[in-house]
Amino acid sequence: MEDALILGAVTLNSRLFIGTGKYASDALIPAVIEASGAEVVTVALRRVGMQQEGVMDHIPENVRLLPNTSGARTAEEAVRLARLAKAAGCGDWVKIEVIADTRHLLPDGYETCKATEILAKEGFTVLPYINPDLYVARSLISAGAACVMPLAAPIGTNRGLQTKEMIGILIEELDTPVIVDAGLGRPSQACEAMEMGAAACLVNTAIASADDPVTMARAFHLAVRAGRESFLAGAGLVRDSSLAEASSPLTGFLQ
Amino acid sequence: MHLVINGQPQEVTCSRLDELVQSLHLDAKRLVAEINGEIVAREHFATTQLQENDKLELVHFVGGG
Amino acid sequence: MTSFYDLLAQWPAEKRKAVWENTDFSQVQRALSKDNLTPQDFLALLSPCASEHLELIAQRAHELTLRFFGHAVNLFTPLYISDVCTNQCRYCGFNARNTQKRTHLSPEAAAAEARLLHDQGHRHLLLLTGDAPKLSSPAYIADVVQRIKPLFASVGIEVYALTEDEYAMLVASGVDSMTMFQETYDPELYAWLHPAGPKHNYRFRLDAPQRAAAAGMRSVGVGALLGLAPFEQDTFATGLHAWWLERHYPGVDIGLSIPRICPHEGSFTVKHAVDDRHFVQYVMALRCFLPRCSITCSTRESAVMRDHLIPLGVTRVSAGVSTAVGGRATKEASPTGQFEITDHRSLPEMIAAIAALGYQAVIKDWEDPTASSQATACA
Repeated sequence: MEDALILGAVTLNSRLFIGTGKYASDALIPAVIEASGAEVVTVALRRVGMQQEGVMDHIPENVRLLPNTSGARTAEEAVRLARLAKAAGCGDWVKIEVIADTRHLLPDGYETCKATEILAKEGFTVLPYINPDLYVARSLISAGAACVMPLAAPIGTNRGLQTKEMIGILIEELDTPVIVDAGLGRPSQACEAMEMGAAACLVNTAIASADDPVTMARAFHLAVRAGRESFLAGAGLVRDSSLAEASSPLTGFLQ
Repeated sequence: MHLVINGQPQEVTCSRLDELVQSLHLDAKRLVAEINGEIVAREHFATTQLQENDKLELVHFVGGG
Repeated sequence: MTSFYDLLAQWPAEKRKAVWENTDFSQVQRALSKDNLTPQDFLALLSPCASEHLELIAQRAHELTLRFFGHAVNLFTPLYISDVCTNQCRYCGFNARNTQKRTHLSPEAAAAEARLLHDQGHRHLLLLTGDAPKLSSPAYIADVVQRIKPLFASVGIEVYALTEDEYAMLVASGVDSMTMFQETYDPELYAWLHPAGPKHNYRFRLDAPQRAAAAGMRSVGVGALLGLAPFEQDTFATGLHAWWLERHYPGVDIGLSIPRICPHEGSFTVKHAVDDRHFVQYVMALRCFLPRCSITCSTRESAVMRDHLIPLGVTRVSAGVSTAVGGRATKEASPTGQFEITDHRSLPEMIAAIAALGYQAVIKDWEDPTASSQATACA
């Protein structure tokens, strides 16, 4: 089935993006990526520890890296991290993540917009992580974002589609892809997001914290595909008693 | 030579960036360097001379979501 | 800049017709059970299959109208200030080739007419002119608006297509809403219907609502003149136009008008006359597709039709209407109007009729608290 997701100048066949944080061992990552079918994999930038090995040794060459700007508390820091990531030679994609609230880890929409504007002008393909706020999303799109990535629930909580209503509004109103990021805890929730019309899902903690991350990665892979195909198929009518055809109190005058 | 590497004061004997990376047993392929706030492209590591009191940031990719 | 034209181009006439003809009942039911309808769903509700289930659609349209508008109906009255027109629209009473006497009110005379409407109780005024950009220039319209703005909570315009700068100038002079009838969205038919005059330019007119929205107009309305093109063509294009504007100008109130062609001076054969059942189906389909849009029904329609459309989606009606220029406060007057009125009810009669339906007539809805003219309001 021809159903590619086009982001920036890139055509993707998989609509599941996965993160590489929080694994019991980074050695699990290649098998997880393979089971997930993901073509986009997120990574973070950190100062090198003197003996520490990077995650890159475990990421196959053929996947697209999506560096995030985690750790940034301001637009300025996010811009710096994005430029560093680009200098590391992994392309011009960046997930903007600006978090100044360490308690709830909620993204700062205002700083995210500022960073997006600067980076989009520099030619980055910018994927901003946001609260599902229509105004912020619109500002980001006018600033040049390639998509918006609203959170389903606070990051790392595995609580599922808590913001369903708001994400639904973004999907309804925006012509730009909406990629659900953060908080999805189970494949069924990712499936629901895709069924609503999300363009893709990004999952990290739910896979990394599963007892068997490889099997869970495959489960997300299947769920995202199922949800997407359900969306494309156009779900059938839910039988609703209120749809019963009444006599003609409203249109009787036409007889 | 005295340098500040990732916030830590250090004495080093080498004078070029590529030598420093090697002496720290780091894999240059996966590394990004910033000297005094300026990003140094990887292909310039071998031609970048270190100066006394330079502030270096050496960063690489780690797991993240 | 992106234009509605690009979206319309994705819906060629054959595609519209094919989807429309091939809709089955399950697609109608699905469109009625959704919160957010797609253009395809809208077309399903306009379809011959949907025509068989008007009451079902009516229930949904009624529920949505109540949800978004409650029991409120806005009233307005039109004021025609010039019927001088350089166009030759084949269906219009103002056609430049009709030899009737023409009237162009001076700004003073227009203001006197407006004051009379204000004294009758009207607070939402719609100014109309023919298409004579030299005589009824944007500056002339602005002059009239500045004189009458203190008397009205809302002044709208229904005039020829303007540039964005001209719209901005009119917004600054006190205009808060504009309505633009594309008449037909079929470019070939459009060209034939408008053989001469500035209106001949299809694309300039098509993009006029967008220019008005960009210029800061608070509400922008669109509509096709029903009866010119096959039913499914212009009804669908009108809804699609409003849908596109809503998505691209989320800060602007988008409205719809539903004029159905009626007899007038001169002779014009209505090729695709829309009967009452299809007309009602159209209004209900618009309501389901665009639940937040206002729908305006003019006095082209009968009192009976207008009253029955209120529960089904119409949220704005006119009262105390004359479509001729002048004659209220001035001696200058044209003998015939743009179209024949079939609902002659005055403002008090409309208020009473709306109350009898269980609705409240809203004489004054919204007023811009920052409008500079407010200093002299109620003078």
